Amino acid sequence: MKPDSYIERTNRPLQFYAVLFLIVLYVPVLFLPLFSFNDSIYVKFPLKSFTFQWYLELLDRAPVWASLMNSIKVAVTTSIIATGFGIFAAKAITRYRLPGRGPVVGFIMLPLVVPGIILGVALLVLISQLGIRLSLYTVTVGHIIVCLPFAIATMIPRFEGFDKSVEEASADLGENAWWTFWRVTFPMVFPGVLASLLLTFTVSFDEFIMAFFLSGSDATLPIYIWGQLRFPQAFPSILALASIILVVSFILVFLGQWINRGAGAGSLESTKNT
Amino acid sequence: MTQENAFISIRNVNKFFGKFQAINDVSMDIDHGEFFSLLGSSGCGKTTLLRMLAGFESVSSGEIYIDGQPMSGVPPHHRPVNMVFQNYAIFPHLNVRDNIAYGLRRQKLSRAKRREMVDEMLELIKLPEYGDRKATQLSGGQRQRIALARALILKPKVLLLDEPLGALDKQLREQMQLELRALQRTVGITFVFVTHDQEEALTLSDRIAVMSDGRDLQVDTPTRLYESPVNREVASFIGTMNFFDGTVKSVGSDTAVINVDGLGEITAPACTVSLLAGDRINVAIRPEKFLLTDQKPEGVQNCVKGHLDNAAYLGERSHYYVSVEGISQPVAVSAQNQSRAGGTEDRKRPVWLSWDNAAIVVLKDA
Amino acid sequence: MLQKSETLRGYSLLTPTLIIMAIGILVPFGILIAMSFWTQVGFGFDLTPTVANYEMAADRPIYGALIKRSLWMSGMATIATVLLCYPMAYFVAFHVHRNKMMWIVLMTLPFWTSYLLRVFAWKVVLGYDGVINSALLSVGLIDAPLEFLLYSQTAVIITLAHAWAAFAILPMYVSLEKIDRSLLEAATDLGDGPVMRFFRITLPLSLPGVISATLLIFIPTTGDYITPALLGGPDGIMIGNLIQKQFGAVNNWPMGAALAIILMLSIAAIALGFMFSTMFVRRRIT
Repeated sequence: MKPDSYIERTNRPLQFYAVLFLIVLYVPVLFLPLFSFNDSIYVKFPLKSFTFQWYLELLDRAPVWASLMNSIKVAVTTSIIATGFGIFAAKAITRYRLPGRGPVVGFIMLPLVVPGIILGVALLVLISQLGIRLSLYTVTVGHIIVCLPFAIATMIPRFEGFDKSVEEASADLGENAWWTFWRVTFPMVFPGVLASLLLTFTVSFDEFIMAFFLSGSDATLPIYIWGQLRFPQAFPSILALASIILVVSFILVFLGQWINRGAGAGSLESTKNT
Repeated sequence: MTQENAFISIRNVNKFFGKFQAINDVSMDIDHGEFFSLLGSSGCGKTTLLRMLAGFESVSSGEIYIDGQPMSGVPPHHRPVNMVFQNYAIFPHLNVRDNIAYGLRRQKLSRAKRREMVDEMLELIKLPEYGDRKATQLSGGQRQRIALARALILKPKVLLLDEPLGALDKQLREQMQLELRALQRTVGITFVFVTHDQEEALTLSDRIAVMSDGRDLQVDTPTRLYESPVNREVASFIGTMNFFDGTVKSVGSDTAVINVDGLGEITAPACTVSLLAGDRINVAIRPEKFLLTDQKPEGVQNCVKGHLDNAAYLGERSHYYVSVEGISQPVAVSAQNQSRAGGTEDRKRPVWLSWDNAAIVVLKDA
Repeated sequence: MLQKSETLRGYSLLTPTLIIMAIGILVPFGILIAMSFWTQVGFGFDLTPTVANYEMAADRPIYGALIKRSLWMSGMATIATVLLCYPMAYFVAFHVHRNKMMWIVLMTLPFWTSYLLRVFAWKVVLGYDGVINSALLSVGLIDAPLEFLLYSQTAVIITLAHAWAAFAILPMYVSLEKIDRSLLEAATDLGDGPVMRFFRITLPLSLPGVISATLLIFIPTTGDYITPALLGGPDGIMIGNLIQKQFGAVNNWPMGAALAIILMLSIAAIALGFMFSTMFVRRRIT
């Protein structure tokens, strides 16, 4: 299909709409960094002078550093476990004849759809009934459950993207299943694994609802921010903190998507040329 | 046939995709009620030309007239043409009946009338029991018929067919060729048919346009395309052809004497190209126009001696390759196996080739 | 024999994930259902089964009203999101020829980042002293801040639609991209103009994507409590806020559990009803 054929010919109003859509999608978020450099404790126009003050103020806040470390601990653990389990799950789903595959996959993807609050209170109820104290560990368990579907969904296209016969060739050349996985399968799905690590790290790092119900006295960064939203005088430095988190998240997610562009997108890329 | 009374008239049409020129100054006329084929290898521009007739591709320059009306600026849904797509494009969410009735919506017909028309069509394509089938439950041949019915029910002035038989297996394809030809005679609509299969084009068409690299090389009846190709490209695209180099010695009123390398002096019939003495030209002879004999034949117009190089037995006929002194390529000869089996004969034995003057095709492009 | 061992190996690879999901979903839901029949006594529970929580939910109009309002608000947000995102998905599927992937990444990027911060951003935009009000004030278009912007149902609906946009685009994009272009050409060839073609071919064939987008947004947003807490004000409170309070300040977990179950059941009922009605409509429009 040529780009200028009758069906796919240029549609100006639609192009205009698309650009407008992207602007509306991004502009509200961009106000956070904008006001984080504004030398006023009020978040309003007109802008006052430019300042780094709110960022510097963050450095002096011990709870910010503490909750940052908590978030990193949780997010690193979550991303490694979710991605690790996700590799095996994605391989099982794509490579083996599984009776009842549809319902099983649907079940695994459930956390993507179930309202966060329901998942959160259900886990809270379980944990309290087991007599376990709320801590960063309980938050991590909640995050693994939220992140596993993302990890699997990110890696499935990677496994689908290469031919099973490559693995069979390796077996034919005398490697056992374990070494076939490490020498053939893993290198081929590696971009998906890396993308999954980055994406699940970001999701966990930014996650609020599970952390809200499942964290004890140690707050993660989003919980800390939630607590500070009540204090108007803290607003500007929260803007600065939010800006940093947003920028870092955007970079990590973009990196993840970019690394994995051959796959999840792969299906998109291949349809493009038909 | 002239531009004024031609049913479809394509005038100096060009098509560019960016810098790539897909159609290069094509002009041709198609008659009313004709079965007209666009023949060429993939990428020759035949499908692009068909899509321009349908209106899916715009014309970069030039003009297409259908029934006297210029078509530029007319969107596909307002053109008096309908198309059968290469993959049939049967709507998967509709049943057979709704697929066939799809285009009738604009005609504001009564429900009963519409039903009657669809039933007629189902009868015509020999699928009367299939109206309520889902489109996804059909075989390739059935989908092809439904695509035909869906287009024909609108009684278009022109039916465009984009390699509609390409997806079918050989046996079904041959059967559908016959049905398609019969159907076209029944409905009397002008068919423009795109194919890369020369045999299919020869079987079906009243006239064929041979295309290559976006140009129309020759527009003619199947017989004339085969017997009198205008250039080497057409000659080699349709069937097998032997080519020889030669020099024009003298030109008469309706014959020309040509000195052909390896074959000697021959007298060619009048041809479409104008010749001057001293021109280097191409002479072409079809393999089946040669007569192969063991002895020097008596009383023939032309003959030459060679050695049998190779032979292939194909059942009803055999192919022979004969090397002749002064000609680099062995000459291909095809003969019916009327009395004896070929192919088993000794190689390298001397043989004689003879031919009539009428078999000679003179091509200008040497 | 071979097949059996293959199935076994497949499931053994899935085991860790299935165990996590069982611990994270099945068991907690079982306990949640059980708890909804208990009674809160101080900081402990009376385990005698009773339907008192459900009776209370039925008797007090506040619960029913909040559930209705939640379903209505997230329904509006869902409709807005799907309507606004469909043209975008259509654009990328049919009119972007180069860098398609770039567009997809651009559209979905915000979805991966902090939900809390994206909602917070809207508080900054819509607030009493926020971006819109102060901008309008400083150019002199209004004399006093517009109060309806923040703390209203509209604010919640706008924010939800914005926050879930990426989730809606992907399934619709995928089903639009799958449509064979020759079907659209065939419809045009058979006499349909762009509008008829859209309603007779494009829309019915992309309906699976529209349905999944609708469910993917409607189900999770119904239980949202962050957006109403930050932007809803008293009129914009949703059932999620009430459930959260039962597990927090009110400290009546069994009541919270009962409300969560009721919410799940209402969502399931609406989702099923929606799926059946779209199947029916789908038959009618074609």
